This record gives sequence, C-alpha cells and structure tokens, in this order.
Amino acid sequence: MQLFSFNDTTDMNRLNQLFASKNKNLLSIYYTAGYPRLDTTLDIAEALEKAGADFLEIGFPYSDPVADGPTIQHSSQTALDNGMTLNLLFQQLKELRNRVSIPVLLMGYINPIVQYGVERFCKDASAAGVDGVIVPDLPMYEYEMIYRKHFEDNNLSNIFLVTPQTSEERIRKIDGFSNSFIYLLSSSSITGGSLQLSDSIEAYYQRIKDMHLNNPAIIGFGISDNRSFSKACEYANGAIVGSAFVKLLAEENYMEKIPEFIKAIKDSL
Amino acid sequence: MKYGVNEQGYYGDFGGAYIPEMLYPNVEELRREYVKILDDPDFKQEFDQLMKDYVGRPSPLYHAKRYSEKYGANIFFKREDLNHTGSHKINNAIGQILLAKRLGKKRIIAETGAGQHGVATATVCALMGIECIVYMGEIDMERQAPNVARMKMLGATVIPATSGSKTLKDATNEALRDWIANPVDTHYIIGSVVGPYPYPEMVAKFQSIISAETKVQLKEHTGSELPQYVLACVGGGSNAMGMFYNFLDDEEVKLVAVEAAGKGVNSGHSAATTALGKEGVLHGSRTILMQSDDGQVVEPYSISAGLDYPGIGPQHAHLYKVNRAQYVSITDEESLNAGLLCCQLEGIIPAIETAHALAYLEKMTFKKDDNVVICISGRGDKDLSTYIKHFGY
Repeated sequence: MQLFSFNDTTDMNRLNQLFASKNKNLLSIYYTAGYPRLDTTLDIAEALEKAGADFLEIGFPYSDPVADGPTIQHSSQTALDNGMTLNLLFQQLKELRNRVSIPVLLMGYINPIVQYGVERFCKDASAAGVDGVIVPDLPMYEYEMIYRKHFEDNNLSNIFLVTPQTSEERIRKIDGFSNSFIYLLSSSSITGGSLQLSDSIEAYYQRIKDMHLNNPAIIGFGISDNRSFSKACEYANGAIVGSAFVKLLAEENYMEKIPEFIKAIKDSL
Repeated sequence: MKYGVNEQGYYGDFGGAYIPEMLYPNVEELRREYVKILDDPDFKQEFDQLMKDYVGRPSPLYHAKRYSEKYGANIFFKREDLNHTGSHKINNAIGQILLAKRLGKKRIIAETGAGQHGVATATVCALMGIECIVYMGEIDMERQAPNVARMKMLGATVIPATSGSKTLKDATNEALRDWIANPVDTHYIIGSVVGPYPYPEMVAKFQSIISAETKVQLKEHTGSELPQYVLACVGGGSNAMGMFYNFLDDEEVKLVAVEAAGKGVNSGHSAATTALGKEGVLHGSRTILMQSDDGQVVEPYSISAGLDYPGIGPQHAHLYKVNRAQYVSITDEESLNAGLLCCQLEGIIPAIETAHALAYLEKMTFKKDDNVVICISGRGDKDLSTYIKHFGY
C-alpha cells in the first residue's frame, strides 16, 4: 500500500523527495538529542548536512533502551542527565527548518511518546518539519490499531525494521505498511556492534534485494566505516551510521571533525 | 475467564507485545507453540512428576493457629517457602525449562533481582544439562551474595548488569539485549508475570498450581474451597497471580495484593507501583509503571530485592483498574516487624517479600469465621543478614 503517489510531488515529504531524486549510496547519520551537550542538537544537524549526510535520525533519549548497545545507552543517559525531554526537543526543533533542509527522522522508544501523547507527538513533530519516526519497540499490530491514523494525518512516515530472521511473508506486510523506506538490520543485534560480513549476511541482503520491494531499503546496525558502508550500498539504497558517530561526539573538537568523518565514510561513493 | 487474556494478548487495556522486530520471531514462536506444548499429555506428565518428586508439591496449606488467634479469623499459610529452592519461583522455572527443551533451545538466559528466580533457573538448567546465563544487577549481586554463590555452584554464569540503577530492571534490559543477539538457540526464562505476551499468561499458568492446590486443600480444612480473603505480595506479581488465578472468577473472594512502600509511599524511596505509577510501556507490555512526566522509568526502592521493580504484570494492572483486586502497600519497617512476628508466633522465617503480605493483616478487620489464605511465597534464609542488621541479633 503506497500512501503517497510518487507522481504528485506536492504531497511528498522530504524523504520521498530524496528517494525520488537519489536511490543509491544514501548516507544517514544517527545521534542522540542533548548529547554531548543539551544545546548541541541543531548545531550537529547543520554540520552533518554541510558535510554531506543525506538524511538524519535524531534520537530522543529513554532510560531503558533495550535495543541499544553501550555507546547509545551512554549518550541517552548523558542526554537525560543534561535535562533532555521531548518537550525541550520540540522547542529546539522549532528552528530546525531555518537551519536544515535534508530529511529528519526522530528515533526513540514508545513510552516517552505515550506519556507525551501520541497525537500531540505526531502534530508537534510534523509542525517542526520532521519527516518520519522510528520506534523500535512499536510493533506492527499496535501501530495498525492505535498509531497509524495519527502518523498518516500528520504526513509522518513510520519506519519498520527487518532482521535476518524476519519471514518473507512479514517483510511483504512491512513493505505494505511502509511509505518511505525499510530499515534493514545488518544482523540480529543491538546497536554498536561491528558488521561481520559473512556469506549468510550477504545471502540475506541478496534475498531482500531479490524481493523487489516497493520501498527503498537502508541498512543499519554495525555500519561504522567506508568498508561496511560500501558493502551495504551494494545491496541496499544506502546505510545508517549511529554508534560510530556518537563515539566521535565524545572526542574533543568533534564539530571540526564532522566533515572529515563523513568524507571518510563516503569516500569514492 | 472473565479476567483472562484476549487473542491479541491484552488484559483490558494492558499487555500486548511491545518488542523490537529482532525479538518478533522468538516471541511469535512462543505464542504459536506454548499452548500446544502445555496441553500435550507428555508435557503434563513430566511437569506433574517433577512438581511432585523434585519440587515437593503439593505444598502444604497450613492452618496457622496462633496467627488465627491473634487476628480473629482462620488464617491459612500456603507454604511455597517449602518448595525446593525455597520459593514459588521453581514452579515457573520447571515449566519453562520443559518448554525450552521441546522448542529445541540449547541455551537459557534469565534475569534475577533477589536471586530466587536466578537460583530456580540455574537449578532446572543443572537438572536438564542446559547452559545457563543469569543477569543480575551489580547492586543486587552485593546485597544477595549467597544467592550469587548458589547460582555459580549450580553451574550458571552470573553476569552483572552495570547500566542504570544496577538492579532488577537493568538485569531485565540486559537479558533482553542478550536475547536479541542470540535469537535462534536461546530461550529467555522470564521470572515474573511481566514481559511481552505470551509471557505474563504463560508464567501465570505455571504459577496457577498454587491456587489450584489451595482450593482442594481449603475444602479439606473448612468444607469450602472458597476463602473470604486471599493475600499475596506483589513485585512483578508472579506469586500473587498464581495465588489469585483460580479465584479470579469467584467474585466473592476478596483478593489483596501487597506492594512495597519502601520508606513510605510518598518518601521518594518506594516501589508502590499502583500508588505512584501511570499507564505506559515497560519490558514489552503496556502496564502501570513508575515514571517521570517525560516517560522515563523511575528507580524504585524497597528493602526487599524481589519487590524492587518499577512496574507490575499487565494482568495485575487490569485487576487494579477494574477493581477485581485491592492493591495496598507496606513499608520496610512494617514488613520487618511482621517477619519477626511470624518467626515468633509460627516458627517460620519468611522472605521479606512475603513479610509484606503478612504485615497487611494488621490493617484488616475480620469476622470470626472468615477464612484467609496468605501465600508464603518464600523462605527468609536469604534475608537473614537484613533481619539481623535491623533487629541486632
């Protein structure tokens, strides 16, 4: 089921426009709002756009991030200690579209959204110019029953995850529910691992590629350098770098290092 | 069952399976297979046999005469403390290890707070010769050191959870992360009626043996299988759900669930979930949990490691919301005093978790002929150092 017609660009959000204009070697960067400092959220977004990132995933922190490894757990806890909340993030994002033009997704867990109010969350995200949302612990059934209407009413894409263990039938269903891209996990793991390329992983990538899905596929989890990024781009439309970038933010003078970091990953692509 | 789960895994507004896609195949496999396996005569036979010969069931229903005199009613203790490994946790561990075996799993993971569930899981893994990894908060490992040693003696690997508050909630997070990384060969034995559907229902079924036996035994004692009151302590709520399960549809039986108030419900150091919590999502199910206005999980506190959890099982959240059970709370101080009273009146040293349920008797008024059943969920050996420190023995 295609929510947007690709012939009608007026209804397309920035994600759909991006995929319509560029369909390979797309690089997305994840980082946590409020990390390393409370007020760095938009500075980092702006620097990433300038450095050549194609779209962004801004994480809103949660106390119990079960799908995340130590790096993002640490950035989430630091952001919470710094005082980051969804209320504050939406205040910061009021300036988003004055400073950043590439697509932006919000990524985080369901409980903060439930407390904020699902409808209010979708409205505020849309008003801030956010294009989509990734909620790892929001399964398809609950999305369909409770959340879908609010997402669609506010022109927000919901991004579903696919793992090497996801059945073909379920991938088809996820493809039907998606309206911008599908997030392919490089392996069944938490974030921040290193991509162990193997025949079985490449066979999984190939299996997905051969399904000719309606939505573009972007590979994430374990993508940290030019080698893993290039390999992912052989099979999918692009890839997401998260933990490796969050680690950079812990270094001194990280703002100055962002252009070099992005350039190294995209090298020759 | 009126208060049971629906086909989508919900108890009224609560339950469901809020899990990352990485866990979907595991949870789906369980959902598809567990009822079939539990209904299989071969499974039932093995489960019943182990419950009898290995766990020592049925556990006695003991008429506590001095308690009955003191409180002016017929007080009965359901003696789960007499089970092998010292608590009700073994009922679920046996059920799930037999299930894991039939699912062809080669590796078991578990979380533990006080260590009772960790010990029960390590025990059944030793029994079946299956690898066992237990996640336990670093702080809990310090305050429950004897149980850490017991798990290691039983052959388990105990991994400290060093994130967050370093207690039960964080041990559960670490176990979930392990399961995500090991989706094919591993079964996660959750220790309470929490987690994504079908866990709350499955664990409740394994624990329901407590109330099934109680009905038969109470009839022998009193001529009626229905008491006026049933009491149990609640952290995640597995002994309480087992104790309530077969009484849920008997509306005349009043169910009382006792939470841990810690240093006082409004002291900022409490685990009284229904008093302090709001609806939200924790560890895979929609339930009531202690959280900030921003939806961050609040660190609970109780002197009892087994009740030191910021949520309750989704079926408890439902029973609370529709008023089928009454949810009350007891402080650290009240529970320790009640624990000591039980030693001195009945010669039974209860776990501090259990002592919370016993303490609530002080706040109730009974008619002379009322029959009251309390689940003695575990024995207090593991808590001796806390008792000794408090009373100065």
